Amino acid sequence: MIEVQGLTKTFGDKVAVDNLSFTVRPGVVTGFLGPNGAGKSTTMRLILGLDRPDSGTALVNGHPYGSLPGPLFEVGALLDAKDVHGGRTARSHLLALAQSNGISSKRVDEVLELTGISSVAGKRIKGFSLGMSQRLGIAATLLGDPKVLMFDEPVNGLDPEGILWIRNFMRYLAGQGRTVFVSSHLMSEMAVTADHLIVVGRGRLMADMTTEAFIESSSTNAVRVKSPQAVELNQALVDRGFQVTTVDGYLEVARAECAQVGDVAAEHHLTIHELFEERASLEEAFMELTKDSVEYHTEAFPGDPFGAPQGESA
Amino acid sequence: MTTPTSMRHVLRSEWTKLISVRSTVWTMVAMVATTIGFGVLISWATESNWAKVEARQRSVFDATSTSLAGIAFGQLAIAVLGVMVISTEYSTGGIRTSLTAVPKRLRLLAAKSLILLAISLVVGTITSFVAFFLGQAFLSKVGIETHLGDPQVLRAVFGGGLYLAGSAMFGLALAALMRHTAAAITIVVGALLVVPPFTRLLPGGWGDAVERYFTSNAGQQITAVTQDVNTLSPWGGYLVFTLWWVVIMAVAAYLLNRRDA
Ligand SMILES: Nc1ncnc2c1ncn2[C@@H]1O[C@H](COP(=O)(O)OP(=O)(O)O)[C@@H](O)[C@H]1O
Ligand SMILES: [Mg+2]
Repeated sequence: MIEVQGLTKTFGDKVAVDNLSFTVRPGVVTGFLGPNGAGKSTTMRLILGLDRPDSGTALVNGHPYGSLPGPLFEVGALLDAKDVHGGRTARSHLLALAQSNGISSKRVDEVLELTGISSVAGKRIKGFSLGMSQRLGIAATLLGDPKVLMFDEPVNGLDPEGILWIRNFMRYLAGQGRTVFVSSHLMSEMAVTADHLIVVGRGRLMADMTTEAFIESSSTNAVRVKSPQAVELNQALVDRGFQVTTVDGYLEVARAECAQVGDVAAEHHLTIHELFEERASLEEAFMELTKDSVEYHTEAFPGDPFGAPQGESA
Repeated sequence: MTTPTSMRHVLRSEWTKLISVRSTVWTMVAMVATTIGFGVLISWATESNWAKVEARQRSVFDATSTSLAGIAFGQLAIAVLGVMVISTEYSTGGIRTSLTAVPKRLRLLAAKSLILLAISLVVGTITSFVAFFLGQAFLSKVGIETHLGDPQVLRAVFGGGLYLAGSAMFGLALAALMRHTAAAITIVVGALLVVPPFTRLLPGGWGDAVERYFTSNAGQQITAVTQDVNTLSPWGGYLVFTLWWVVIMAVAAYLLNRRDA
């Protein structure tokens, strides 16, 4: 369990985390979602006592992180897989961490095995691929078999295979009843990984609800209909109180169900050629929610099929 | 099962960290090689030129500190080790991983300090004795050697190890304060090797005082049997040198607890 209460952190006059309060519960994967620069990493550093907050508290299992008697037994945290001395071998890196909390070297071999990196245990870390480093970082979080796990953008830069591995691993950890708190700037990633979402923008809490509820509440459901009698159908729908716009030769009916639109057409004996639901993508829904809180707006260049380029996350 | 972590655990962890990076081996090799190498070189040069040395200089000749002269370079190698012990934590980001495992920051710094102190004291002392015996072997050819049993000599040779350990701590303290490898190394080289001889040029009584109390000018008295003019006593000088790094370390420790990692 992680409890954050009124957490605030400024860097100079930049407010990175702004009076943030939330609770992360065990047994589910909780996604920490927000655009780049929203304050996710800072919040995690505050929870781990790495940064000092201006005000507010962060408790892990009821205690400030700094006063946990054996931190690795309670929390496994991976902020940045590159936060290691590349000159050490994977094994000696893990061994030093284990020893600091009185964990046996047998456990080091176990976590190497669990994360599938036993074969490179004797290699220096600087030669590792990002995926390997990520696994090493996760191995380190598992040393003390902790009940709380925290990962900052763990799938960033990974290939699809690595992403899948991490995703499944988190679900597996949560399935064992652990508290799993994982950040991402990608809604699509969170939608398939997280059961619960804590959404932040500009350091502020934007939403705290189940992923399902979040998708439900933020999707702008609309129905599109094509009719040779568009003018009449438009009038009939407006008379019923629907909000109608014309898009690409279709009538788009906001917040409506196909059945409702079909019924209205039938009542007025109007012909329909096409009728379908138009769901905003998750990414669009998330951007809609956080659009006012995005720190740096990037203009999509005209004709760019991929939209605005994604910035590197900090 | 949660076992409260103790200082013993952190010490063991820091030991593993120290011996698992190559820079430890290289700086140690450099310290041993330069301390012994220059000691031998200078002893040999002294021995072969002894006939030309004036009587006035012969009277103040210190066979012990001559054989330990390589410490002037060895101190830099071991101070660099002291710097790297903590600066690489910052340059690699490893400090965040370390502090997540050991959130009690002063405990982490204390463990690093103790491990470094122990290893540099042991290796430094052995190096000092080897340099002494090799140096005396050369000096004995012209009969100007000294012996461990002579007054103050044993203290001076042990002092070589003490001074090297102090240099390591000086590097560690500065790097803990500055959190940057290159900057810390630059300042260490300046403070221990480059600036000290220049303090001699400072005028007047306060200039003499600065010279006496300045880092290595003070610290290296522990390696000398006969003191020059305008120097502190062996133990007085060593105490002053120790105060230098202790004060820097205290500031670093205070800031370590307050700064973001
Ligand atoms: N150490 C720091 N010094 C100054 N500004 C920082 C620092 N860390 C983060 N910030 C700023 O705080 C904001 C939040 O950053 P961060 O927590 O990294 O966001 P996220 O992880 O959500 O992308 C950003 O504007 C970032 O530039
Ligand atoms: Mg981040």
